[in-house]
Amino acid sequence: MNNQDDLLLVTSSPHMHSPDNVPAAMRDVIIALVPALIAAIYFFRLPALMVIVSCVASAYAAEYVCLKVMKKEMTNEYSAIITGLLLAFCLPPTLPVWMAALGSIFAIVIAKHLFGGLGQNIFNPALIGRSFLLASFPVAMTTWVSPIDGLTSATRLGIMKEALGHQLPSLGQLFMGNVSGSLGETSTLAILLGGLYLLYRKHIDWRIPGSFIGTVFILMAVTAAVKGVGLWYPLFHLFAGGLFLGAFFMATDWVTSPITKLGRIIFGAGCGFLVVLIRLKGGYPEGVCYAILLMNVATPLIDRYTKARVYGGVKSHA
Amino acid sequence: MKKATFKGGIHLAGFKELTSGKETVPAPIPERVYIPLSQHIGAPCAPLVVVGAQVKKGQRIGEGKGFVSSPIHASVSGKVIAIETREHPGGSFVPCVVIENNGREEWDETVRPAGDPARLDSEQLRRIISDAGIVGLGGATFPAHVKYAPVEGKKVETVILNGVECEPYITADHRLMLEKADRIVAGLGYIMRSVCCEKGVIAIEDNKMDAVSVMEKAAAGKNIRVVVLKEKYPQGSEKQLISACTGKEVPVGGLPLDVGVIVNNVGTAAAIADAVEKGIPLIERYVTISGPGIREPANYLVRIGTLFSELIARSGGYNGEPERIIAGGPMMGKTVFSDDVPVVKGSSGIVVYHKEDKKAQREYSCVRCAKCIDVCPAFLEPTSLAKMAKRGAWEEAEMGNVMSCIECGSCVFSCPAQIPLIEYIRRAKQAVLAAKAKAKAA
Repeated sequence: MNNQDDLLLVTSSPHMHSPDNVPAAMRDVIIALVPALIAAIYFFRLPALMVIVSCVASAYAAEYVCLKVMKKEMTNEYSAIITGLLLAFCLPPTLPVWMAALGSIFAIVIAKHLFGGLGQNIFNPALIGRSFLLASFPVAMTTWVSPIDGLTSATRLGIMKEALGHQLPSLGQLFMGNVSGSLGETSTLAILLGGLYLLYRKHIDWRIPGSFIGTVFILMAVTAAVKGVGLWYPLFHLFAGGLFLGAFFMATDWVTSPITKLGRIIFGAGCGFLVVLIRLKGGYPEGVCYAILLMNVATPLIDRYTKARVYGGVKSHA
Repeated sequence: MKKATFKGGIHLAGFKELTSGKETVPAPIPERVYIPLSQHIGAPCAPLVVVGAQVKKGQRIGEGKGFVSSPIHASVSGKVIAIETREHPGGSFVPCVVIENNGREEWDETVRPAGDPARLDSEQLRRIISDAGIVGLGGATFPAHVKYAPVEGKKVETVILNGVECEPYITADHRLMLEKADRIVAGLGYIMRSVCCEKGVIAIEDNKMDAVSVMEKAAAGKNIRVVVLKEKYPQGSEKQLISACTGKEVPVGGLPLDVGVIVNNVGTAAAIADAVEKGIPLIERYVTISGPGIREPANYLVRIGTLFSELIARSGGYNGEPERIIAGGPMMGKTVFSDDVPVVKGSSGIVVYHKEDKKAQREYSCVRCAKCIDVCPAFLEPTSLAKMAKRGAWEEAEMGNVMSCIECGSCVFSCPAQIPLIEYIRRAKQAVLAAKAKAKAA
């Protein structure tokens, strides 16, 4: 028999593992956000950069302090960076940097760590940060500048909602992103690039953005038919506002979206329905943020009622 | 042709090219063999020999009580020098009969054909299979004759031979199909006759197209069909194989027989052919020895009871310093404490990793990415089950169908948080079983 020293390592099967890990996946999310980041800085210049840096730095610092206080190890630094980036992307580029930092800290401390940290939070932290800022600083949060002349202007959805006399931007402009709006949401093209990358890397399920955007399109197309306006109307609703950013980067957040396939379709469709409801009937011109947050609440319920049938079993509900 | 498959599962790097092109060679017959008295699922055997006894090749040396058991035979001729407790590749310690080989290779008198194979009826065939100690050679080692025993009200419609071999590195069945196709087809014929079934299927993954064509040729003109399946893990798992081949699902808690199917490994069929036609009991099998920690990966025809260390020496020894030795494949195989363990009936392969292969792994928090759910071939929620197990919610885990887990490891493989989901799930399964046993006793 062998000596103790000669014994081999005994481990539980399986003895192989895919190279995937959480930090690598989160790094991919950051890579996917780079096109929108470039677009944001290109269109909104220094103010946008300031807001982004402020959000990311304060999110990272808040994460560090939280973990330090709780005597936990920092295992996943990318997660806080993503929260900071996503929050920055849905803020106006002219927002004072201290407000941006405050929102970021709120997102990390309240929305993430008070709920138990990564994996335990119910709401998307970045969206909670944005909601907090909108409730606290309603004027600063709704002051928009045009990337063309730097002058204050309404957002596209705002123009439509208030039936303002301004000229609506063209669909082409909306797609490219040189319009006023939150700093990271204006370029549908840049967000789509990042979203496709995440789909390609299999980090997100097409079901959520698919059903989300699809629902908005269908409901808005019906509305257009009722109103007697053309196809530009639903397309305008797709490309204006934060729909693509929300659908590809926020509704797909692993932690706060359903884990079943059917659940993801319900979740996305629910988000889409709420966006349409808020945009058409609500007080705000935009509804992506609250739509996703409301569906976040429904996630555990959706999961419970969409459990898959076990192999060889009959369909049953828990 | 559209290739059949199952729902869920993962794509693995196969590493099969290390050995798939190498013809099987007989491993050196050892000076001493160490034959465990428990090499099957069911009651362990009691020794039929005492220390000092002379035994011949093929002589029965262990026998178990009860129907679900399988006898054990000497794999060499020689003298019993000890009956001692040793490590079994399954992880436990069991009594082993140690035989010193006299090198004469004398067959026992009982090793002879029972009669004209063409005229044996189903009951006679089952008796021969039982007497020859034949168990499932895919690794589960379930006694074959028990599987074939008729069950009131259930008819076997299809016998499926499993030639999938979805574990990375292992190519023993692949080589067997290439080298002994006729034995496999003959064995399948005997199985079909023993269960009175008209339809035979040989299922092979599309990464072994050479075996497909060889088996098709061997099966030509018989009521046996070769089915090509898509390469995906765990295609070789019994339930997933049945779904891919028949489109049916084995009901929860049920047996393949409930959907009219019996599944056997191709190696089992070949062993049955030898037992029926020549009277030879199960004393040797094909074993793949591979992995980055082995100098010369190879396939061997190995006598049961040969130590892993001898096969490793035959393969040029270790490449670097060994860190883990896996009995079986890397997905479902078990690591052993040392190379001082014998090859048993269920040993399909030995995979060695050396120290350089170990990557530091750490467990992160679950981020609910649901990759485990997407890949689970039993359609479970491994992450939810693991969380239930963590807080001891055994009843909830049972409601979540934890007992349907086949422990294929696909979830752990795919988990980006590197959570050992399967360890939590095993814990829950044990607790559920214990609670059931307690309820039964009360």
